[in-house]
Amino acid sequence: MKTQEMICIRCPMGCQLTVTQDENGYSVTGNTCRRGEEYGIQEMRCPMRVVTSSVKVTGGQRPVCSVKTAQAVPKSEIGAVLGEIAALRPSAPIHIGDVLAGDIAHTGVALIATAND
Amino acid sequence: MSVNEYDVAIIGAGVTGCAIARQLSQYSVRAVLIDAAEDVAMGASRANSAIVHAGYDCKPGSCEARMNVRGNELFETWCRDLSVPFNRCGSLVIGFDDDDAKTLQDLYERGLANGVPEMKLLSGDEARAVEPSLSPLVTKALWAGSAAITCPYQMTIACAENARDNGVEWRLGARVTSLTREDGCIRVAMGEKSLLARYVVNAAGVYADEISRMLGDDSFTISPRKGEYMLMDRKNTCVRTVVFQTPTKMGKGILVSPTVDGNMFAGPTSVDIADKGDTSVTAEGIAQLTEKSKKSVPGINLRAVITSFAGVRAQPSTGDFIIGISKAEPRLIQAAGICSPGLTSSPAIAEEIVRLIEKAGLSLAPKADYCPTRKAIPEFRHLSREEQAELIERDPRFGRVICRCETITEGEIVEAIRRGARTVDGVKRRTRAGMGRCQGGFCMPRVMEILSRELGAPMTELTKFGGGSRLLTGILKEVDD
Amino acid sequence: MLVKKYDVAVIGGGPAGLAAALSAKEREPGLTVAVIERDKALGGILQQCIHNGFGLHYFGEELTGPEYANRFIERIKGSGVDVYLDTMVLELTPERRVVCVSAANGLMAIDAGAVVLAMGCRERTRGALNIPGTRPAGVYTAGCAQRLVNMEGLMPGKKVLILGSGDIGLIMARRLTWEGAKVVLVAEIMPYSSGLNRNIVQCLVDNGIPLKFNHTVTNIIGKERVEAVTVAEVDPRTRLPITGTEQTYECDTLLLSVGLLPENELTSAAGIDIDPVTNGAVVDETRQTSLAGVFACGNVLHVHDLVDNVSDEATLAGRAAAEYASGQASRQQTYAVKGVNGVRYTVPQRVHAGLDGKTDIYFRVGNAYRPATAVVRCGDTVIAKRRKQIMTPGEMEKITIDAALVTGDLTVGLEEVNPS
Repeated sequence: MKTQEMICIRCPMGCQLTVTQDENGYSVTGNTCRRGEEYGIQEMRCPMRVVTSSVKVTGGQRPVCSVKTAQAVPKSEIGAVLGEIAALRPSAPIHIGDVLAGDIAHTGVALIATAND
Repeated sequence: MSVNEYDVAIIGAGVTGCAIARQLSQYSVRAVLIDAAEDVAMGASRANSAIVHAGYDCKPGSCEARMNVRGNELFETWCRDLSVPFNRCGSLVIGFDDDDAKTLQDLYERGLANGVPEMKLLSGDEARAVEPSLSPLVTKALWAGSAAITCPYQMTIACAENARDNGVEWRLGARVTSLTREDGCIRVAMGEKSLLARYVVNAAGVYADEISRMLGDDSFTISPRKGEYMLMDRKNTCVRTVVFQTPTKMGKGILVSPTVDGNMFAGPTSVDIADKGDTSVTAEGIAQLTEKSKKSVPGINLRAVITSFAGVRAQPSTGDFIIGISKAEPRLIQAAGICSPGLTSSPAIAEEIVRLIEKAGLSLAPKADYCPTRKAIPEFRHLSREEQAELIERDPRFGRVICRCETITEGEIVEAIRRGARTVDGVKRRTRAGMGRCQGGFCMPRVMEILSRELGAPMTELTKFGGGSRLLTGILKEVDD
Repeated sequence: MLVKKYDVAVIGGGPAGLAAALSAKEREPGLTVAVIERDKALGGILQQCIHNGFGLHYFGEELTGPEYANRFIERIKGSGVDVYLDTMVLELTPERRVVCVSAANGLMAIDAGAVVLAMGCRERTRGALNIPGTRPAGVYTAGCAQRLVNMEGLMPGKKVLILGSGDIGLIMARRLTWEGAKVVLVAEIMPYSSGLNRNIVQCLVDNGIPLKFNHTVTNIIGKERVEAVTVAEVDPRTRLPITGTEQTYECDTLLLSVGLLPENELTSAAGIDIDPVTNGAVVDETRQTSLAGVFACGNVLHVHDLVDNVSDEATLAGRAAAEYASGQASRQQTYAVKGVNGVRYTVPQRVHAGLDGKTDIYFRVGNAYRPATAVVRCGDTVIAKRRKQIMTPGEMEKITIDAALVTGDLTVGLEEVNPS
């Protein structure tokens, strides 16, 4: 059995959830609505995050250009994603939406530019 | 004379040293201005009350009294020649009870003895007519019409620039590590580097006793005394004159004063400290300033405080300014222990020290091409619309506003750097960029960009005020480069 | 001095200014509209907010700051709105003359039919808090640090303590951690955060960064660069530090995320009435200020927590400015709207009588309440009521009234509350 405490972020209530995993699956207590239950289970099963950062640009107006993962990636992969972002050196011009890496850190998610440079 | 030989080396680039440098620069002498800090005005001259005192609280017959009254006479002319702000707004020492009334009477009489002009003892109501924001509890006051306000670091910078224009060299970021006698001169060592000077002026502020001891003169010590201040936003000023409380043995007391830039401040506290470099602000100091300033001016808006700071005054063991030729070393001229009223006295001290240098044996021939005036950096914010347009026409960089709180343009910042600003604080003191209500939150990165560009220095090497005050710890993703 | 005429002049090219300009142009396509922006690019502070979470309400998707800004910038491009970049407004006169300056055009005056104020806000500083200690390098407002990192690619510090748990501070805690810095603590003087729960979880909890409520900074140590920061617990009633609870954290940087202040120097200088609570102009439901033909929106009016609300508010202001400039501003009498019983302020602070349709009243509460009911009264008559499970100071609330019911001064207050 595994138990985790967390704050629900689905609304400003910020309910303090306790999520438990046992042989019967997941159970959530402390929530006041259905969305809290979904959130708790998702956070326990596989928390996902969009990663936003910036890359160094060669020949641009600014030294850096902001980027994000096109979709959320598993939280456990954030370190690997950031590592690959740090090594990228795209050249200007860069446009919003440009794909700077097709499959960042083997997550299957693209890294895209969020600004023009 | 070789490149490293000078007639006079002035140690200390505060207002005393810089005023001496300026006064000396009207003669044909080779002089050098030395300071450990990377800019001028980095000690007491950057953080004091900015007051040109009338001179009623110095002990009659003291050196302080003489320098104060003479300094007050000279100050306005110096400010006019050097384009330094000056406002003869007058001052009030206020009293709340009979004891205070007696102190005010004493001050008045001392003032008469010192030759202070334009003094008057006022009733509480008369004082409130002069300064409507005064507490209703004020029963008596001493008015001094010759008191004025100025800007201490502008004065220091202006003197240093004018001295340089007239041939005085600057050696900043050069801490004097030893002074030794050599062939009728004094060798001034600054770490690895050194120079020879026929005469040395000791204007080293809180460190003047250490400098003096390097040549065997241990006739005095300097102890640091800290004064904390709170500065208020421009739109919240409520006094138009300098408001003192009655003095104590620790100094002139906590005052409330307008500044030449239209702000207002309360301060200083007065605390003897151990560390000469301790310019920290304390919770106790803030509490004391709050209480005392409200006593003088109950309507003071302390929520409008935009910054707090502290300065360290050089308190001499002798109880008076130490101005004279050292008895231990005739080539050493002392301008030491310059506590309050040091700013006021600086032009008078400069006159006196130059006389002493001559007396010590240096012949002073007036320089034919001496120029007594120095132009200020153009202040876009104070120009008429026509003048602003004209300035931008001449140099479009005056059309780019960098500091939005104080309306400081790129043109002003570039000019400050050309004149010697090397740090963010150096730019700030010369232009006011970052001195407004956002305290540089908006303009600091922009000022850094201009500094980096103009100095050809990477952003990561820029400092707030020299030494180890680096503003950045590196660049992004640098591990991979 | 170059003098130009525009029907609508918008001061500020951030999210508020862009939405206002577009809305003015949309409402009256025949009008001339100008946006005056002091920076080299449009978008304002959004350009340095590279994290996501913008636009969920307005665009129905999560965008980063630059992406959100770009949606408006793209629309501005083909709209016929004139944009003046790198141009600082020096003065707004009561006659609606906007005096501005730039390297390119020198001094320029714009005589405007209507003006929209959209200058945004600035950060509160160390000085405003009177934090004792030395004055070394390494003390930054969070937004200043954000600009250095995200726009210039520079690191302000390696070991960081953050005072204030506002959203910018939380976002910067994660940002700096992800760039290799160590955030040793976030200290918050209040018993709650003014930031979003989402940011507390995803910026702090995810990265193992401790957050201490009822704590503040009592000393800054280090002569040249910050070397350490002392933090103490505060008495929750007085918010004064409790002696003996001090703890010193070694760090090289102190970031301040201690609140935002609307930037109303131009507004005050023009003689426009300022609300002492919001620090922004007093406005009616069209966001018109006390000076006829001058409107205000976005963070210059009151500090918003969501840019989506800024865009909505600016759309209202821009539309009203266009109507004013084209002579459609005949209005009835206005009545005051006042926050009472736990409601700190309302925007608008005035509403017109005798209108059709709905009017939204935005407000902020002064404490956390679970639950709470907001009630709008006109005299003794309740004209609107809204119950929520939670209301907190960090979250702007909205209540909609039927404008036709406004026949006198209004109050907005909390009833049936349960302070938590």
